Amino acid sequence: MTANQKIYFYPVWLRIWHGLNAIGILTLIFSGISMQSSIESANLLSFKSVINLHNIAGILVTLSYFLYFTGNLVTPNGKFYIIKPKGFLKRPIQQAIYYAWGMFHGMKAPYPISEKRKFNPLQKYAYVLVMYMAVPVVIITGFALLFPEIIIDQVYAFSGVFVTAVFHSTMGFFISIFLMVHLYIASIGKSPLENFKSIFNGWHEVH
Amino acid sequence: MNNRFIRLFFLLVLGTFLHANAQSYQNAQHHQCLKCHSNQTYSFFNSVKGKDEKRMMNPYFILDTVALSAAVHKPFDCTDCHSSEYGTYPHQSNLKLEPLSTCLDCHGGDASFASYHFERIDEEFRKSIHFQVSGENFNCSKCHSQHTYFATARTSNNVLDIVDYSNKMCLSCHNDMKKYKMVSGHENPKLVQVHDWLPNQELHFKNVRCIECHTEVLDSLKVSHNILPKSKALRKCVECHSADSRLKASLYKYQNLQKRSEDGSITMVLANESYVIGSHQIPHLKIASILIFFLTLIGIIIHSSFRIFKKK
Ligand code: HEC
Ligand code: HEC
Ligand code: HEC
Ligand code: HEC
Ligand code: HEC
Ligand code: HEC
Ligand code: HEC
Repeated sequence: MTANQKIYFYPVWLRIWHGLNAIGILTLIFSGISMQSSIESANLLSFKSVINLHNIAGILVTLSYFLYFTGNLVTPNGKFYIIKPKGFLKRPIQQAIYYAWGMFHGMKAPYPISEKRKFNPLQKYAYVLVMYMAVPVVIITGFALLFPEIIIDQVYAFSGVFVTAVFHSTMGFFISIFLMVHLYIASIGKSPLENFKSIFNGWHEVH
Repeated sequence: MNNRFIRLFFLLVLGTFLHANAQSYQNAQHHQCLKCHSNQTYSFFNSVKGKDEKRMMNPYFILDTVALSAAVHKPFDCTDCHSSEYGTYPHQSNLKLEPLSTCLDCHGGDASFASYHFERIDEEFRKSIHFQVSGENFNCSKCHSQHTYFATARTSNNVLDIVDYSNKMCLSCHNDMKKYKMVSGHENPKLVQVHDWLPNQELHFKNVRCIECHTEVLDSLKVSHNILPKSKALRKCVECHSADSRLKASLYKYQNLQKRSEDGSITMVLANESYVIGSHQIPHLKIASILIFFLTLIGIIIHSSFRIFKKK
């Protein structure tokens, strides 16, 4: 037996989802920023093409979200996302302390990854918030904006479209921030590129 | 011409008395003209046959009494503008030849209407494609019914109402094959097809006025009147969908809109019943998002420098 144990964490369906999602979300972020600021994308793309691009990427992300959602329903992968009430706050705080202080002071990871635990508590919370809250909200508001005729005209004094759009871009913004942190945290491993390799080949090495 | 000014003077003097007539518009069935001109059918006594007859009214001669009694000219009675000889039916045939006053005949050079800049509007209108193509046949009344016009842009505090009112003025002709053909002699191009390059067309037509794209924006006039040839129409999305949207200089500039937003709501934008991608950014949210972005970035930089430093 080698010292390094390998776990097959990322089955094919999950890697496909993750890949589509990554392409889609990146496109959405860049086209979204371009629309919001209406910079004619340094004249690379017209406003109209940017809108089309954003719509297509939005549909791609929606489809891949269905893959993700059903995948997690029918395979055991879903159980990694379940948050238990025990240590609801204590566990993520411990993990945060580890990231901020412990890892520089020789502390061992408090929730090492194993076959039973794919995500540490902080990761789990972030993923649940993003995948089961932010992304669905963005998808629903996004489709509402794609067919603005279906949006109620007024929410109190505000335009229904306006409220929907603000929700949409706020959630989009938080997803962008999540992505920044996600990419950075992924670089924390044995070597900075290790986790990136895993999401391509499916195997996670446990040390 | 002179005759008209005397009549106008007479009218203005009578102005205060005239207000009594506004009520009579509301009681249409007893009004000497509206008893026929507000209905689909009319009855009259046929003196040759010696009996009452009922006939269909020309749909273009049916007036909307609700709009009449809200309009800017509500103090007038019909016969202040039209000949009093219309009081008899059948109307005399020579009445068809009667010249009617134009907007400028009454409003031109009148200081009490200075804020409307009638002369400037007339100047601009004469440059417009409508006047260039059709000449005197296309007059102000083609868009502004003297019966029902109501100055919406300067009074309404709802963008959608302003847009709706203004666009109906154009669509009443551009979407009405008979009316359009009467003016031009040919059939009207289908607007839906002409604008098929514009996504969410219905939504756009509900939220922006035709004149937003079809005129030059003028600061000196509340409503630009120079309809440009189609080759000069606005097609560039970012003219509206940007932080310095041209809508701010046209549709959203009306003080009646801004007044409403000052009392109570967070920003002017919120009170406008519309949202334009790219143009409506909420300043607080923008600052907050820039802040969060940089804090995250700084956090990452600090953390990663520790990692490099500690070789983690
Ligand atoms: C008995 C019904 C009746 C009454 C009352 C009546 N009209 Fe008319 N009017 C008509 C009809 C019908 C026409 C269509 C042309 C025609 O048959 O002469 C018409 C046509 C007109 C026209 C259009 C003429 C043209 O050919 O361009 C005007 C203007 C007009 N009426 C004004 C008035 C005014 C002003 C009054 C009131 C002082 C009035 N009418 C009262 C039935 C009436
Ligand atoms: C402020 C002046 C003014 C008043 C008041 C007025 N009219 Fe007119 N009316 C006009 C003008 C101008 C036209 C010609 C419109 C055009 O050239 O398209 C007209 C046209 C008409 C027509 C022909 C159909 C049409 O719309 O072109 C009828 C019918 C008519 N008027 C009836 C009336 C009746 C009935 C009243 C009273 C309820 C009335 N008018 C009050 C100015 C007036
Ligand atoms: C027969 C003369 C006459 C004609 C023609 C006429 N107007 Fe008027 N208009 C008046 C009078 C008089 C008033 C003031 C009514 C009042 O006291 O409420 C007025 C009021 C107005 C007002 C409201 C002004 C205010 O501040 O209350 C507007 C806008 C207006 N007219 C536009 C037009 C337009 C546009 C036309 C041409 C389509 C036109 N008028 C044709 C005589 C005329
Ligand atoms: C092609 C259509 C068209 C023609 C022709 C036209 N107008 Fe207008 N006009 C409009 C529209 C649309 C508005 C905006 C309606 C509103 O909200 O009050 C307007 C508004 C106005 C206003 C109110 C502006 C204000 O400050 O509130 C006046 C006054 C006016 N027009 C006068 C005229 C005169 C005078 C003529 C003829 C020389 C004329 N218009 C011809 C379409 C037209
Ligand atoms: C977003 C800008 C925009 C708006 C809003 C808009 N248009 Fe246009 N319109 C255009 C452009 C651009 C063209 C030129 C299209 C072409 O030449 O292919 C055009 C063309 C036209 C033409 C010429 C048709 C022909 O081929 O002869 C008419 C008439 C017209 N528009 C009327 C309207 C009317 C009426 C409204 C309001 C209901 C309106 N437009 C709203 C941008 C706009
Ligand atoms: C009474 C009818 C009528 C009304 C009202 C009217 N139009 Fe027109 N419009 C026409 C006709 C007729 C033409 C075609 C002229 C020609 O023969 O080329 C035209 C042409 C146009 C064109 C195309 C110019 C081109 O280059 O071919 C535009 C744009 C336009 N109108 C915009 C408007 C707008 C905007 C309004 C409202 C503010 C309006 N029209 C109101 C009758 C009307
Ligand atoms: C005359 C100004 C104007 C022009 C030009 C214009 N737009 Fe718009 N657009 C608006 C306004 C105003 C709205 C807001 C509608 C609302 O309040 O819901 C809008 C809404 C939209 C929407 C719907 C957004 C949503 O909430 O779902 C899309 C998509 C859009 N525009 C794309 C475009 C494209 C692409 C172009 C160029 C081909 C364009 N627009 C040109 C003013 C304009």
